[in-house]
Order: sequence, then structure tokens, then C-alpha cells
Amino acid sequence: MSVRQIDAGRLTDAVAELYVQACLVLPEWVKERLYAFGNPYIIENFEKNGNIPLCQDTGMAAVYLEVGQDVHLTGDIPAAVDEGVRRAVKAGYLRSSIVADPLRRQNTGDNTPAALYYDIVPGDKLKITVAPRGFGCENKARIAMLAPADGIEGVKAFVLETAKMAVPDACPPVMIGVGIGGNFDRAAYMAKKATLRPEPNPDPFYAGMEQELYEATKKFSIGVRITAAPTHIAGLPCAVSIGCHSLRCASEEL
Amino acid sequence: MNQDIHITTPLTDEVIKTLRAGDAVRITGVIYTARDAAHKKLAELLAAGEPLPFDPAGQIVYYTGPTPAPPGRPIGSCGPTTSYRMDRYTPALLAAGLKGMIGKGRRGQAVLDAIRENTCVYFSAEGGCGALLANYVKRCDVVAFPELGTEAMHRLEVEDFPVSVFCDCTGELYSPYL
Repeated sequence: MSVRQIDAGRLTDAVAELYVQACLVLPEWVKERLYAFGNPYIIENFEKNGNIPLCQDTGMAAVYLEVGQDVHLTGDIPAAVDEGVRRAVKAGYLRSSIVADPLRRQNTGDNTPAALYYDIVPGDKLKITVAPRGFGCENKARIAMLAPADGIEGVKAFVLETAKMAVPDACPPVMIGVGIGGNFDRAAYMAKKATLRPEPNPDPFYAGMEQELYEATKKFSIGVRITAAPTHIAGLPCAVSIGCHSLRCASEEL
Repeated sequence: MNQDIHITTPLTDEVIKTLRAGDAVRITGVIYTARDAAHKKLAELLAAGEPLPFDPAGQIVYYTGPTPAPPGRPIGSCGPTTSYRMDRYTPALLAAGLKGMIGKGRRGQAVLDAIRENTCVYFSAEGGCGALLANYVKRCDVVAFPELGTEAMHRLEVEDFPVSVFCDCTGELYSPYL
């Protein structure tokens, strides 16, 4: 079995480029939904941004690495990712919004560190996704450890309640991500990632629920995406993540 | 709802009394930026009876933390941040003479009461449209708390800056999403 070597320096370059790109250019599927929603201010904002960030909150940089199991990454991975963030902030005139400690609140001055996640996947590629998320919408996320007896209706009610509480504080129209099942932290992770997924859930049961929830929220939403996972006999975790209309995300595969 | 009102700063009670929830307003003149960290410092100065780094009488505070200005532009992206985080500091500032606020989203009851009691106005700017809103800012200077970086207090000169009235001086509220 051959192992492919990738130098962490290439990861730095990719993160630096993707972070700036994400802050300036929305994914095509997001633009399509925003055209359909039709707010002229928002359309003008992403069509003619004059090469400055779409939103002043250039976010906390969430960086997702899908690492092929036949890849050997050489170098210090978190340091390489943070160096990419640092370069992007300087080159792209992004905002430094990260404080080193949640209670003592000293700004790190270069928007590091990133929130870094790894998945080990088959193959010999490295996929890098940078998804900066502002805290106007991040602050509106909620999680509930529902009881199994709460069932489908309990999940729907919690999603709708959370979505209605989110606007207009988080910038509508929003993308609503829902994580159902797993454990406490898994549900939150799934909900956040669901906001970045253009395609509906492959399971018709959940795709139908996505459509129903979207119908109930389309005055202020551009979509609902659900990810579900096996859970415990005693539990029904349900997390809701809100993505503002500046739904920034850029990916590259090395 | 009136769709084309032009006002200049500083604000007077006479002008504020003509504004109604839902009105589309264009602001020209000087406005000041402050968000979480600057509000904390302003509140501490007020509590200590010390002078503020700006005279709040008749002024508007804009809740924003801009991105750094690229070469050739006065300011970077500068859309509104969520207003409720400033709520605990706001009544004292309104009592000190501040007349207007620009932000996004809901306010707490104590702020709505203070808006009514002091004849003030709370405007909402289009959330998430910082690139667009930067086009209406003609000049930007740091006036206080430079150590706070993006959270420093900036003095902005704006021309026809587009907002809508979220809460007028009678306490009436309007948002398309409420």
C-alpha cells in the first residue's frame, strides 16, 4: 500500500486562499436561493461587493479536513491551518474577531485559532473546506435533549421555535440546519454541517420533513437541511444551527 | 410608512417625532460606531461620572465592527451587528443624551421604554450587507479606545446611509420579520 505525502505548507496555502474566497464569493447554490428570495439589498451586496468582505463579521473560521487514510500529512497540522487563517486575514483585510479566552477576552489580533475538525475517509486525497460563520447567527443556535416520547412533533416544534427566535437578529433569510440523534455533541456538529449541504437528505422520510419545515419558515428562510444519526434508547438529541444569508463556504481537494 | 425620508445628524426631537416605525430613512452626517467592548467602557465612564470620549447629545451610535479598510477605501465591510447585546448599557447612554441607534434585531423592554421616555429612535440597517453599506461611508477615524481594534469607537461621515425605523419614539415597532 503506497502512502501519499502532502506537505502541511500546501494546507496553509489552501486555507489562506479559501478563507478569502469564502468571504467574498457565495456558493452558486446559495446565490440561486437568494435570487429566488428576492431581497434587492442582499442581491446587490453579493453581486457588487467591490472586493471587500460580504459581511464585516468574517467569522470564526471553521476548517473541515477530510483526510484520506492513505495520506501522510507532514508538519504541524493545526499550526499550518492557523498560518493559513493568519495570511488570509492580512491579505483579504478580514476582521480579527477571536478572543483568546472566553472570559478574559483579549483579541488574538489575527483571527486565530480556527475551529478545526478532521474526518478520516478512504482514499489518498485531502479535502479542505473553510466555512467562516459569523456570530450573529451562531448565537442563535440551540440544542435540546428531547425525550423519545417527544417524537417527530417534538422535533418539529423545537426547530420552528428556534428558527422564529433567530430572526430578525440573525440575518434573514437563513439556512436552518438540524441534527437529530447521535449524542449531545454529535447533534450540534451535524446541525452545523447540515446548513452547508445543498442537496436534500437522501432518505425520503427526512427529505419530506425538510420540505415541510421549509414551507413553514420560507418567509425568512432559504432552506432546511436535516442530518440524522443513530442514538440511545433513552434519548432524542435535537440541535438547530442557523446560517445567515452570507452562507460562506469554499472547498478544495489536494 | 414613508419610503424616502432624508435626515441629517445631530438629531433633534422635532425630527425624531416625525419618524414612524417602518419608515425608510437616509442618514447624512456624522455617526459613531460602538459595539460590545466600547459600550462596556462607555458605561464604566458614565458610572464613574467621568466625561465620555464624544458628546452624545443628539448623536447616533452605529453598532458595527468594520473590517480593515483596504487601500483606497475609507472603511471595509461595515454592516450592523445584533443590537440586543448592547441592551444593558443603552438606557444610561440615552439618559446621557444619545438620540439614535443603528443595529439589527430585537431590543429588550428596558431599552424600548428608554427610547420612549427620552424621545429617541432605533434604526435597523440591512443585516449581512456590510459590503453594500460601506459605499455610504465617506470617511472613518478612530476617536476612542484604539486598543480595541475593530471594537474601537470610530467617527464615520456618512451620506444617504440607508436604514429603516425599527422602534420610533412612541415605542411602535416594525420589522418585516416580526
